[in-house]
Amino acid sequence: MSEHTLSLRIIKDRGFKTLVILFSFITIVPLLFILFHIIKNGIGVINWQFLTSLPKPVGEVGGGIANAIVGTFILIVMSCMLSIPLGVSAGIYLSERREGWLASLVRLSVDILQGIPSIVMGILAYAWVVLSLGTFSAFSGSVALGIMMLPIIVRSTEETLKLIPEMLKEASLSLGVPYYRTVLRVILPAGASGIVTGILLSVARVAGETAPLLFTAFGSPFMDVNIFKPVNSLPLVIFNYATSPYPSWHQLAWGASLVLVGMVLTLNFSAKLVTKRWKVQF
Amino acid sequence: MESTILTIEDFSAYFGTNQVLNNVNLSVAQKKVTAIMGPSGCGKTTLIRCINRMHELVPAAQVSGRILLHDKNLYSMNPIIVRRKIGMVFQKPNPFPTMSIYDNVIAGYKLNGIRIGKREKDEIVEESLKRAALWGEVKDNLHRKGTFLSGGQQQRLCIARALAMHPEILLLDEPTSALDPKATAHIEELIAELKKQVTIIIVTHNIAQAARISDFTAFIYLGELVEYGTSEKMFTVPKDKRTEEYLTGKFG
Repeated sequence: MSEHTLSLRIIKDRGFKTLVILFSFITIVPLLFILFHIIKNGIGVINWQFLTSLPKPVGEVGGGIANAIVGTFILIVMSCMLSIPLGVSAGIYLSERREGWLASLVRLSVDILQGIPSIVMGILAYAWVVLSLGTFSAFSGSVALGIMMLPIIVRSTEETLKLIPEMLKEASLSLGVPYYRTVLRVILPAGASGIVTGILLSVARVAGETAPLLFTAFGSPFMDVNIFKPVNSLPLVIFNYATSPYPSWHQLAWGASLVLVGMVLTLNFSAKLVTKRWKVQF
Repeated sequence: MESTILTIEDFSAYFGTNQVLNNVNLSVAQKKVTAIMGPSGCGKTTLIRCINRMHELVPAAQVSGRILLHDKNLYSMNPIIVRRKIGMVFQKPNPFPTMSIYDNVIAGYKLNGIRIGKREKDEIVEESLKRAALWGEVKDNLHRKGTFLSGGQQQRLCIARALAMHPEILLLDEPTSALDPKATAHIEELIAELKKQVTIIIVTHNIAQAARISDFTAFIYLGELVEYGTSEKMFTVPKDKRTEEYLTGKFG
C-alpha cells in the first residue's frame, strides 16, 4: 500500500471518529435546551404558595397548582394499581412460556399496544368508562394511563426474568418447593430490580401524557380526591394555561412544566439507582 | 447384599421422539455411594434427574417403567414430595443470590412456608453446615450473601441446603466439574463422610473420581446400562468389553 492511500485512510478514520462524537453530542443538545428554557421561565413562579394553593380565576394575582400535583399523584397511583398486577403477571407468563399460541398472541398485542397513539387510549377510556359512568373522572384517566403503562411493564418484566438463570429455578424446585412459590419467592425477588425499574420508567412515560386525560380526567379547578370526579393534573394544567390568552397564566404553565419535568427526571434517576443498588449477582 | 433403597425397573426416558434411556434396571444400596459414569450425552444426567423427577421441567419429557423408593413408585407420588425425600446438587453451584448463607441453608423450609422456631432454625443451620463441612469457614459470616463464597464453598453450601431437608437420598450431578482440584478433593472427602448417614448417587464423567469415592458403579453408554456392580470389580475386572474400552480410554 502506498504512503498516500495510507494517510488518506488515517484522515478518513479521524473524520469518522469526529463525526460520531459530534453527532452523539448533538443528541444531548435538545434536552439541555429544554431544561434551560423551562428552568429560565419557570423558576420565577415556583414558590411555596405556587405549590400549595389552588388556581385562582383570571385577573386575580397568584394561584397555584396544588390540586394538579395531588391529581397527578392520584392518577399515577391508580394507574399503577391497575397495570402492575396485570403487567407483571403477563411478563411472568411470557418469560416462563416462550412458545405457544397464547404467548405469541400476548406478545403481539403488547407490541401493538405500545404503538397505539395516546389519544386513542383517551378515546377508548372515554367510550368505556366515562360514558358508562356518566361522568369524567380520575378513574377513567387512570384506565387510559394504565393501558399505556402495560406494554412497558410487561416487556421489562419478561426481559428481566428471562435473564435469570434456569439453575436458580431448579435449585428451588429440587427442594420440593411448588412452582408458584418458586416464581413468587425465588424468581421475582431475583428480578426485582429490573421489574421496579420498568415500572418507574413506565410511570415516567405516562406522567406527562396530556392527550389521554383530555376527555377522561378532564381537569378541575378544585381539590378533589374522589376518584369518580374530574381531577386536575400537571399536563392538563400546562395545556389549559398555555393555550389561554393570559400572559400571567403562561407564567404558571412554565412553572407547572418545571415541576413536571423535575418529577420525570427524578423518576428516571430513581430507576437508574434501583438498577444499580438492587443488582443481584448470580 | 446390603438393603436396597431405590429400585429402577424397566425404565426408559424420552424427550419427544428421542429416546435417551433404554430399559434401565438398577437397584441402589442404602447408605452407599453409587456412581453413574459414561461419556457425555449417554443419558446419565437424565437418569438421575428422573430419580427426583426434575426432568419433567422439559416440556416433551416422557418416561416408562418404574422407580421405587423402598416399595413406593415415585411416579405415583406428587413430585413435590419426591423432591423433599430426594435432594439434589447441581453441576454449577446455585445458591440463592438474594439470600444470606443462613437463609440459603434453611431455604427449603422458608420457601415451602414451613414454620419453625428460631432455635430450631439455628440448630438446622448449624447441623447442616457441619455435615457439609462448611461450618468452620462461615460461622462468623452467616448473614452475608451466599454468592460471596468461593465456588467450592458455594457447592458445599448447596449440599448443606439439600441436607437441611433431611433427604433419604442425595443426588449429585457432576458436583465437582466446575471446581478446582483442591475444592474437588474437599467435596470427595465430604462424600465419604456423608455416606454414613445418607444414600448418595453421583454422576461423573471422571473415571478416576468414580473409582475413588464410590462403592458401586453403573456404566451407561448410549442410553443403556452396560454394566453395574461393585466399583472394586468394575475397575479391576470389567465384564463388558465396552466398559473395558471406556475405562482404558479407547473412547469417551
